[in-house]
Amino acid sequence: MLEGEIVVRNPFNAAWMLVASLLLATRAQAAQPVDWQIGFQPAVTDIMREITWFNNYTLWFIGPITLFVLVLLLIVMTRFHARTNPNPSKTSHNTAIELIWTLGPVIILLCLAIPSFQLVNAQYNSPEEPQLTIKTTGYQWYWGYEYQVEKEVVFDSILLSDDDRAEYGKEDRGEFPRLLAVDNEMVVPVGTTVRLLVTAADVIHSYAMPSFGVKMDAVPGRLNETWFKADKEGLYYGQCSELCGKDHAYMPIAVRVVSIEQYGAWLAAAADDVEAANAELMAAVQEGEKSVELAANEAQKIKE
Amino acid sequence: MAGASAAHDAHDHKPTGWTRWVMSTNHKDIGTLYLIFAIIGGIVGGALSIIMRMELQEPGIQIFHGLASIVYGFDGDAAIDGGKQMFNVFLTAHGLIMVFFMVMPALIGGFANWMVPIMIGAPDMAFPRMNNISFWLLPPAFIMLLLSLFAEGPAGAYGVGGGWTVYPPLSTTGQPGPAMDFAILALHIAGASSILGAINFITTIFNMRAPGMTLHKMPLFAWSVLITAFLLLLSLPVLAGGITMLLTDRNFGTSFFSPEGGGDPILFQHLFWFFGHPEVYILILPAFGAISHIVSTFSRKPIFGYLGMAYAMVAIGAVGFIVWAHHMYTVGLSLDAQRYFVFATMVIAVPTGIKIFSWIATMWGGSMTIRTPMLWALGFIFLFTMGGVTGVQVANAGLDRALHDTYYVVAHFHYTMSLGATFGIFAAWYYWFPKITGYMYNSLIAKTHFWTMFIGVNMVFFPQHFLGLAGMPRRYIDYPDAYAGWNAVSSYGSYIATVSTIIFLIGIWEAFAKKRKAEDNPWGEGATTLEWQLSSPPPYHQWEQLPRIK
Repeated sequence: MLEGEIVVRNPFNAAWMLVASLLLATRAQAAQPVDWQIGFQPAVTDIMREITWFNNYTLWFIGPITLFVLVLLLIVMTRFHARTNPNPSKTSHNTAIELIWTLGPVIILLCLAIPSFQLVNAQYNSPEEPQLTIKTTGYQWYWGYEYQVEKEVVFDSILLSDDDRAEYGKEDRGEFPRLLAVDNEMVVPVGTTVRLLVTAADVIHSYAMPSFGVKMDAVPGRLNETWFKADKEGLYYGQCSELCGKDHAYMPIAVRVVSIEQYGAWLAAAADDVEAANAELMAAVQEGEKSVELAANEAQKIKE
Repeated sequence: MAGASAAHDAHDHKPTGWTRWVMSTNHKDIGTLYLIFAIIGGIVGGALSIIMRMELQEPGIQIFHGLASIVYGFDGDAAIDGGKQMFNVFLTAHGLIMVFFMVMPALIGGFANWMVPIMIGAPDMAFPRMNNISFWLLPPAFIMLLLSLFAEGPAGAYGVGGGWTVYPPLSTTGQPGPAMDFAILALHIAGASSILGAINFITTIFNMRAPGMTLHKMPLFAWSVLITAFLLLLSLPVLAGGITMLLTDRNFGTSFFSPEGGGDPILFQHLFWFFGHPEVYILILPAFGAISHIVSTFSRKPIFGYLGMAYAMVAIGAVGFIVWAHHMYTVGLSLDAQRYFVFATMVIAVPTGIKIFSWIATMWGGSMTIRTPMLWALGFIFLFTMGGVTGVQVANAGLDRALHDTYYVVAHFHYTMSLGATFGIFAAWYYWFPKITGYMYNSLIAKTHFWTMFIGVNMVFFPQHFLGLAGMPRRYIDYPDAYAGWNAVSSYGSYIATVSTIIFLIGIWEAFAKKRKAEDNPWGEGATTLEWQLSSPPPYHQWEQLPRIK
């Protein structure tokens, strides 16, 4: 469960889901935290993969450094204890070693700084011109989305309450978890660079999507810009990440990444009625998943 | 009170009764007042955090709606809303109290007031009356902050729920009630208190060192306090300016931070963190100083690389002023700004590394006795290292994109503050307790205090790294169910820390009840600074004959 690849509810499901995901790499997935998770959520953008890589890379430095300090402390506590070493030395200088522990960290920091600068450069320079621009506005306490397309699509995205689960067909608490699921998700096409404009209308909020490696503050009076390119279809969750008042914990962010065709159909329908478009899209996505499941079962049968 | 009376009556003449404390101009009495104040602040701030951990033990809202209905009299759904705001109020108050009314009074007001004049061979602080007002500004500031808990904040709710960073617009239009004004005035007064204290320390250390004590012979604790005082003097006025603008934005129609009037909310964040980042070094530097003495004392060995240690602190203080925007990587800083702040922030790891390794080198070749203060110091070095290395991670803007405002940051700064600064405070407490009180603590109770605290706080904060990586944002009253496991572990840890704090208080009571007389120097030949040449407790007026330093 270390990488949190797939949300697994029981071992039986786990077996076939693993097979399915191995056979069909494009299978839609949900990225959300899982029980006892100890690492990042699975990445669905190159930027998040780079962040994950860089995080692991830093651990290779800081882990050994911490252990090194611990070992040194254990050594001095035993070898230089009053019982084992009754006569203390009077050494208080050693230029060579002082130089080493000044220059050593400098070299380590350089090793960290180079990939770190590459990472932040990558985050600020999208490799291609965005094909879609969406403006999101933080409100107390929900998010609003505005698609900058020919036929305007504008809607609000509000925490899904238990009373509304049936109405929206979101009764599966695994796929639509408490405090993460919303009524209307932001919908984006897979493999497309999306420009995200982030602002707020009342106080500061922060738009965070862990599996995309995106976090951008929504500041009143400012239009912040960021981008992402999700390469796996699925439903992804994030949460407001700047204290914004009493319902700070109750304004989640949900992004549904769908195929380009599904997105096109959704966009056309959403211009007239967002909720109807979402219902159609959900049906289409579930249809697609069913065929994936069937294919996986077939594959398993063949293997057996 | 006749000013001349002390001149002819040299032996421990002191005012009696309440005037001794309220009108005190004696650095040791004022230091004691600060220490008592810090213990009270720590208990209040700690209690707030325990209640928050109780709330976070399980997903859902467990206790705050009940608390809101008891304290504020809300019913039904209003109690839920009141409870949510109350949680934010608690986390705000916890942060402000621990920073301004626990760590700073303990290390700077308490131990520095007590020990700096003694260590540098001075009879008292340079401005004894100013020392008095420095302390007596704090209780009103604390009371004002506590009053804010019961004043209206957002419409129809109570208290300041904007976090200790009080970012506008949440602290202006977001919470129009008087609660925020109370908090701002509390910060102003606490800030004034610290600025006066800083002036006093700088003057004392520059002008009142005993003959022969050059700056390069001065004990490292005095060095650390000198640097801290400069940080206070330079950073607090910036905070004062920022929160004054907040005050006028709120009450007098200015718009420094409101975009509607041409202002910018981000400007406040720059001002706040220009203060806020030096502030975290203000909290930790005096602990660095005390740890150096403790490590040297119990290794029976002089401090390794004394000058390197002193100038490492100078470097940390200086660079600490030019890294503030690393708290703001997600506000929309330009790429160049981010690259600069990444670079500058990483530089701080170098002098910090020098300190860690110099402490270890001080112990290397020593003859160590692991008595209680040393136990805390060893704990400090290890835990501060852990907080330090995660600091190197979050210094990288690219990685911080994923970690900013998550529990990873909460874990990081509590490893440096709650496990760093606080362990430093307890190390200093047990080190100087015999000197200050004249009584010896019970070392079994003291060591039990250490081990329970060590286990407790690690259980609280280590799992928070996992929560942060998994994406749990900070300052949340409720969280998705997947985060339940580590949150429960974290909460259980906080109960262990609570028990530990009770053991600490029992230890104080036991020492005063048993009255085991402490020797003038209970630590042996390793304790070389001047305070160990005096009686325990020291005479009311010390160094009437100035010590001479070779």
